[in-house]
Amino acid sequence: MTARVARQWVAGVDRALPVWAAVVLALVLLMALPLGWLVWMSVGGAAGATLGHYAQVARDPALLAALWNTVVLSFWVGLASLAVGAPLAWLTARTDLPGKSVIRSLVLASFVTPPFLGAFAWVMLAGPNAGLLNVLWRSTTGATDPLLDIFTMSGLVFVVTMYTFPYVYIMITNTLLLIASDLEEAAAILGAGRLAVARTVTLPMVAPALASGFILAVLQALALFGSPAILALPAGFHTITTQIWALFQYPPKVEMAAAISMPLLLATALLLLVQKRLLGRRGYAAIGGKGGQRGQIPLGPWRWPALLGCLAVMACAIFLPYGILAKAALSRAWAQPLSWSNLTLGNFAFTFFEYSATRAAIVNTLELGLATATIGAALVAMLSYVTNRRLVLGHQLVAFLALAPIVIPGVVLAVALFIAYTRPPFLLYGTLAILFVAYLTKEMPVGYAQSEATFRAIPPELEDAGRILGAGRLRILWDVTAPLARSGIIAAWCFIFIGVIRELSASIILFSPATRVMSVVIFDLKEEGQFGAIAVLGIVMLALTFATVLLVQKALGRDVLGVREGEPPPRPRRADADANQNGVGS
Amino acid sequence: MRPTLVCALMLIASLAVAPSASAQDARLEAAKKEGKVVWYTSLALPSAEKIAKLFEAAHPGIKVDVHRTGSERVMSRLMQELGAGIKNVDVVHTSDAGHFVVLKGKNLLQKYTPPGVDGFPAGFKDKDGYYYGLRATVNVIAYNTKALSPAEAPKTWKDLLDPRWKGKLVTAHPGYSGVIATHVLALVNQYGWDYWKQLAQNRPMLVQSAVDPSGVVASGERAVAVDGGEYTFYQTKKKGNPLEIVYPKEGVPLVISPSAITSFAPHPNAAKVFTDFTFSREIQQVMADSEGLYTGHPDVKYPTDKPKLSDLKLWSVEPEELEKRIDEIKKRFVEFFGA
Repeated sequence: MTARVARQWVAGVDRALPVWAAVVLALVLLMALPLGWLVWMSVGGAAGATLGHYAQVARDPALLAALWNTVVLSFWVGLASLAVGAPLAWLTARTDLPGKSVIRSLVLASFVTPPFLGAFAWVMLAGPNAGLLNVLWRSTTGATDPLLDIFTMSGLVFVVTMYTFPYVYIMITNTLLLIASDLEEAAAILGAGRLAVARTVTLPMVAPALASGFILAVLQALALFGSPAILALPAGFHTITTQIWALFQYPPKVEMAAAISMPLLLATALLLLVQKRLLGRRGYAAIGGKGGQRGQIPLGPWRWPALLGCLAVMACAIFLPYGILAKAALSRAWAQPLSWSNLTLGNFAFTFFEYSATRAAIVNTLELGLATATIGAALVAMLSYVTNRRLVLGHQLVAFLALAPIVIPGVVLAVALFIAYTRPPFLLYGTLAILFVAYLTKEMPVGYAQSEATFRAIPPELEDAGRILGAGRLRILWDVTAPLARSGIIAAWCFIFIGVIRELSASIILFSPATRVMSVVIFDLKEEGQFGAIAVLGIVMLALTFATVLLVQKALGRDVLGVREGEPPPRPRRADADANQNGVGS
Repeated sequence: MRPTLVCALMLIASLAVAPSASAQDARLEAAKKEGKVVWYTSLALPSAEKIAKLFEAAHPGIKVDVHRTGSERVMSRLMQELGAGIKNVDVVHTSDAGHFVVLKGKNLLQKYTPPGVDGFPAGFKDKDGYYYGLRATVNVIAYNTKALSPAEAPKTWKDLLDPRWKGKLVTAHPGYSGVIATHVLALVNQYGWDYWKQLAQNRPMLVQSAVDPSGVVASGERAVAVDGGEYTFYQTKKKGNPLEIVYPKEGVPLVISPSAITSFAPHPNAAKVFTDFTFSREIQQVMADSEGLYTGHPDVKYPTDKPKLSDLKLWSVEPEELEKRIDEIKKRFVEFFGA
């Protein structure tokens, strides 16, 4: 008995050593070193450790205002995302709403749209004076005041919500699809009205998903850089992310940036902890997997108004912004009507042939995307196989560490990496390598969650059968596991790739002129007001993103949101939800 | 005429005025071996790309890497790179003359005098010969002609403080733009910080680049720009946008934007060839003609539809003063305007 345990233990250690060494090294470089430097920088003074930087933050009204603005923004985005995402999820998952699959595809489109492009489009739509919607409003009503002013906190909340509600939608949809409707039917048979059923049966079952969706949305808003930079700065207010970035301007105040990063880091970690508790507590005794029947709730006369409501949301998230981007790309002056004299291909010519930064940026972006996605997918496949099959001791710890970067917002990660890699022994600043490290760290949890879910869905019995027939582990990995896991790993690859090509919040601090990527170029152009060129590059970025999404669909045979038409997902998709929470965040 | 032919002619012309043709030839050969020149510049993007293309056409085999961003960002990147031991940039050009005081003080500039700058006015020349003003512009007021009649438009800097402009103004940012940093200091010297404090009461929209107010006003998003490089307004107006420029009679802040070669330039010969090219009469003339800039070159002819520098009352700022007060400028501006 003890001999057997000991033998297993020895075998475990043998296999574990190289894996452990690789993982520890990777995590030290990716996490411990930068975060260690970040903490050290925030307390480092000329005469040893000090809390002076924190005191300085606490005394500076501008920095406190930035902190407070972030709290306000995140809270309202969380609530608004619930208000938009939850009804949409219920409508598409549980009712006979017409055009459900179209709505779902549109939610997916909003999910993968870089939020900073949306913010930029909304400047053209709802700038208080030149914004097209306001111009239209004035000319039809004769009003002098604008209908919408996007350069306000509420404008910012609105735009951010349009690209954040999909997180809530995914959480709720996946929960609703897992809950068999027999409990609801039982309640109905016992005489409860439709509202009573919803209130006493459905709502308690989705409550953890609602709370957790709220937290996901808050976390997104917390970490966002592009949208506040585009909408809040013109209005004269900072959020914590834009403030950190501003502290990096010459002469840089890196210690202050490090100190003010801490509350952001702690808040994120705390919220994730709460979310984990919430999700961990739900027993889901009522979830029947594939067993339960799911009836469709007839909407009756509300079918068409409900559809109209969904389309209105999609108009704000997709139709209008994409339309105005296309218009800006094709016109000499975006604010003028699209007449023949205003029509031009000049923006394309300028962007691709005259502006020398474009091609280098596209090449850099693609190189980084391919490298990060490929190496990242290989890494997470290895990690998740090892943890899922429990091949090493302490596999829980490995799993935890692989998911841990999720608590680091992009800007904070960038500050940490900047401090760690602009000094010996690792001088990575100014090379693509530092961006690669940032992207790999940032996207690792997404990829890990996706590929972990893949291995969970592949029963180990097949591998055991192979072992019994005498094949070695590597042979089985190649002949049995790899073909089964392939599509899941491709999906992980795509998630990482999409995350990388849109990444802005870390890139904006880590780029150097020779290593600009597309998002940074777009941001540069924004600061100079080159609307046409931004629109052209934005369209290129969207095209790349959607091509990748199509690839995922093909690989998985389902859409990225984890929903197959008319069928629940094969297993509880908590991993997807985890994956999705860091998927955006630009 | 084909552009390449024009450029070839310009090249010949620039060689003709050079002190020693054979030394120039040797330098050109060395520059071609280096293959490129890295230019960190705050010149508006389309203008910078245009000059780069002209240079590449005139000097086949030497590529220009244009890295355009706001003056303050150029400096930021430069110092960040140096801090990390990266020596990337050959020629640096910003609109914050204070930067060149700093860079010279840190021994980061190379002493180099391009031919033909002798005739430049004193304000365009560093007395020690490290940097020279490549171009100049003035800060002006501009308004959208669809929103305002000439009679309604503000005429003076102080007109902008009137509460009736609340919500109708746009300003660029001294934390990004050297043109604006210079402008803020010039107006502080005239009216004190009170001017900016009062202007902030009108809650102007904040943009970053001194190029951007022209676009904001042209689109009609705001009716009046309270600052911005005159050349960008001029270009925007020439493109047929509904925009008019106001040159306040009491004075306009003059911004001279120096250019210098770094002491660590990885492509020193190409840097010199490029610097000579940008200071040649031909390129200075291009900047005046199509870009609407002012230059120090005495032989340059200006478009007739805009005032000459000599017609304007100019407010100058000393580079040393700008260097000393830049932190104060950024800090107080953010304090008043919020971001």
